[in-house]
Amino acid sequence: MRSFFRVVWLVLRKDMTVEVRSFEIVSTTLFFAVSVVLFFAFALVKEGQPPGDAAAGILWIAIAFAGTLALGRTFEREGKSETLRALLLAPCDRPAIYVAKLLGMIGLLMAAELILVPLVALFFQAQLLDHPLWLGALLLSGTLGYAAVGTLFAAMLARARSRDVLLPILLYPITIPVIIAGVRGTATLLDPAGEMVMVRFWTMLLIAFDAVFVVLALWTFETLMTD
Amino acid sequence: MTQNFDQVTVSDVSRHFGRRRALSNLSFRCEPGSILGLLGPNGAGKSTLLAILATLLRPTSGTVQYGLLGTVYDTKSTGVHGLELRAHIGFLTHDLGLYTELTARENLEFFAGIYGMGNVAAVAERALSHADLLKRADDPVASFSRGMRQRIALERVLIHGPQLLLLDEPFTGLDDQSVATLITRLLDLRTKGTITVLATHDLEMVEGLFDQAVLIRDGRMIETMIRPKSLRSLYQSTIKRESK
Repeated sequence: MRSFFRVVWLVLRKDMTVEVRSFEIVSTTLFFAVSVVLFFAFALVKEGQPPGDAAAGILWIAIAFAGTLALGRTFEREGKSETLRALLLAPCDRPAIYVAKLLGMIGLLMAAELILVPLVALFFQAQLLDHPLWLGALLLSGTLGYAAVGTLFAAMLARARSRDVLLPILLYPITIPVIIAGVRGTATLLDPAGEMVMVRFWTMLLIAFDAVFVVLALWTFETLMTD
Repeated sequence: MTQNFDQVTVSDVSRHFGRRRALSNLSFRCEPGSILGLLGPNGAGKSTLLAILATLLRPTSGTVQYGLLGTVYDTKSTGVHGLELRAHIGFLTHDLGLYTELTARENLEFFAGIYGMGNVAAVAERALSHADLLKRADDPVASFSRGMRQRIALERVLIHGPQLLLLDEPFTGLDDQSVATLITRLLDLRTKGTITVLATHDLEMVEGLFDQAVLIRDGRMIETMIRPKSLRSLYQSTIKRESK
């Protein structure tokens, strides 16, 4: 177990060092996420009045689209000079590589969310920060579920020529429950008449999704990366 | 489980990708301290065979046995088998597997850590010395020439002292001096008992290097040669004969 976490730490630290030097994935992901929110704001906000229920949907669309971009770029980097193959050849538990990539992806998406939440709150006059703990729970559990499925698919497609096309095709249908639960949970938080029991329900649904897909990914990663 | 690769035996190995047959009933044996050449035209199946030997792919049928009494790797093998075996295998692919944003030292220290080596700094220092790149150790790999990257990549795959070394087109893009350095390193490994399997098209460069050469075409083994001489003419005559 110690060697598992040692590999997780080494891969995560290596990814962070590479990113600090290239600033490629962080910059493109954040720029794209902010652009999505701005485009929606330009399109939907009329004379300073945003549409009623748009904020929750726009927040989660920005997270999902930015996440897809980041997932593709992360594994494109590993595939570029066959470093993914070099990692897979190491005598370590391959799921440790998956966990390191997953943690990196969650860190990146949470950083994007730190910018997106105040931006959406500002442009769409949404009271997103009225329930910070519940919002944090929804975002963390939703991000984990989305990244858990996305990291697995992105790793599988790392050497596929049409990976940029295939990743969203595979990812979006499976993560629909995450997007629905995230949007409905956030919308309930923003609704003054919303009941907290429903927020709890959507959060629990996301946690259940996380548990299923993280276990499934850890179980299948070794086999999927062998053949 | 401790592995002893006193030989590697490939028995009736086939590999299909859907309906396409990439390898068909290949059989040969590698002895310790030997260099085996895998020769054949593009698409012959050399890289697929190397991937199977590296446990990155499972054969569709047949077995690879590592060591006389060692682990058998076949279509039913799980990741656990692969994990045990990978500790003794080094595989240098054509694309080198280096992080160009990291320095040579950081690359070597990272892989030494992943391979569970103690004192990664000393291990990396030794590898840099073997690659004759101590002076450029703290420069990013992106600033290196192809030959320098190749030397670092070779030390990366040798960092854990593998008993089986797999090389896919290791001479591509190298100048004469780099080729000579690589051959010297391979001969040194041969004296230490390492089994080397090397796939290449550069037949002039490997003249006299192989203890055994296996010629593959369309996934089939068409010739095995022991200590082959005049490799180019042997290769051409065999390919011509098979084409008839």
